[in-house]
Amino acid sequence: MIPILGLAIGVVLGLLLDPSVPLWLQPYLPIAVVAALDAVFGGVRARFDRIFDAKVFVVSFVSNVVVAGLIVFLGDQLGVGAQLSTAVVVVLGIRIFGNAAAIRRHLFRA
Amino acid sequence: MSAEHPERDRTPDDVPAAEAAEAAEAPAAGQPERPAGTPGDPAPAEAAAPARRRRRRDPLAAVLIGVLTLLLGFAFAVQVRSTDTDTQLAGAREEDLVRILDDLTAQQDRLRQEIADQRSALDQLGSSDSDSAVALQEARERAEALSILNGSVAAQGEGMTMTIRDPATGITSSVLLTAIQELRGAGAETMQVDQVRIGVSSAVTGTPGNLAIDGQQLQAPYVFQVIGSSQDMATAMSIPGGVVSTVGGRGGSVDIVQSDRVVVDALRPLDAPQYAAPDSGN
Repeated sequence: MIPILGLAIGVVLGLLLDPSVPLWLQPYLPIAVVAALDAVFGGVRARFDRIFDAKVFVVSFVSNVVVAGLIVFLGDQLGVGAQLSTAVVVVLGIRIFGNAAAIRRHLFRA
Repeated sequence: MSAEHPERDRTPDDVPAAEAAEAAEAPAAGQPERPAGTPGDPAPAEAAAPARRRRRRDPLAAVLIGVLTLLLGFAFAVQVRSTDTDTQLAGAREEDLVRILDDLTAQQDRLRQEIADQRSALDQLGSSDSDSAVALQEARERAEALSILNGSVAAQGEGMTMTIRDPATGITSSVLLTAIQELRGAGAETMQVDQVRIGVSSAVTGTPGNLAIDGQQLQAPYVFQVIGSSQDMATAMSIPGGVVSTVGGRGGSVDIVQSDRVVVDALRPLDAPQYAAPDSGN
């Protein structure tokens, strides 16, 4: 319940406050969001597998975001930021798909 | 994530497996059969102690999870918003921005160049407004000189009238041609022979008594009306071996009347050049 509440409140706050993204954060925010989504899907899936652990979830959430941001930052420093952020999105997208498939199996037994 | 509290209620069963969560997460993605087997089986029951420890940590974990998901939702909404509003440039990378900037700079340069061109053209037009009167005057004068030369306008001025009589029909076309060329050589500016204007391409044809200039029949006597320095021309006609003596040798005679005002009013049709075109280069 808490995560759903948190998500909903966060979305509402974001829509209401409508802050402008600081310039230095702009390349990283979408990557961070995708990485966090991956962590959330992993958590949901672990929950269905009955192996959910808050510590694992928190650590994987934070580390996912940090690592994704670091990769993009590194890519920007090397001049391949666009390509690396694409790579990160692709990898995270694949993971999200895998987790979503596992969740689907639990939900629909199919 | 539908229920946090049920999850807490079930924790005693789940805890031992929780340690393996990280390890289990990755491989399970590729294996459809394994998750299908697990959900029904409760986990082994050997984990009472760790479960208690975890329960004590629960409030902190719940707060952390709540904060993280709230942050995620917030970032998600903000990102969606900013993608909506700042359509292109805000999210573009440095190299893309540099390229866009380059394009814009090049475009700006082109437009600047265009402005400079237009401005100089405007200046030229403005200054040439005063020049144009002079230029027009000059052009008009040149056109007049040219049209006198090519015989498309009538002319008048100092000159002479020369009449060649030909009672013996001995005057050939070459005699008339020589006379025309001698007059030109002596400074004749324009002339006509029996109402035929002489131009640069005039040709004298035919046999004695049946002469023609530019295809128009001439009748003796042949009357030359010439504008130019009458004194020079009269002298040129009268030199030994000149026109007067040639005509005399063929049984004809020449009358020369110098005048302050001779009118040359025969016109030549203006022949448009078929091959030559004006060259714009100076």
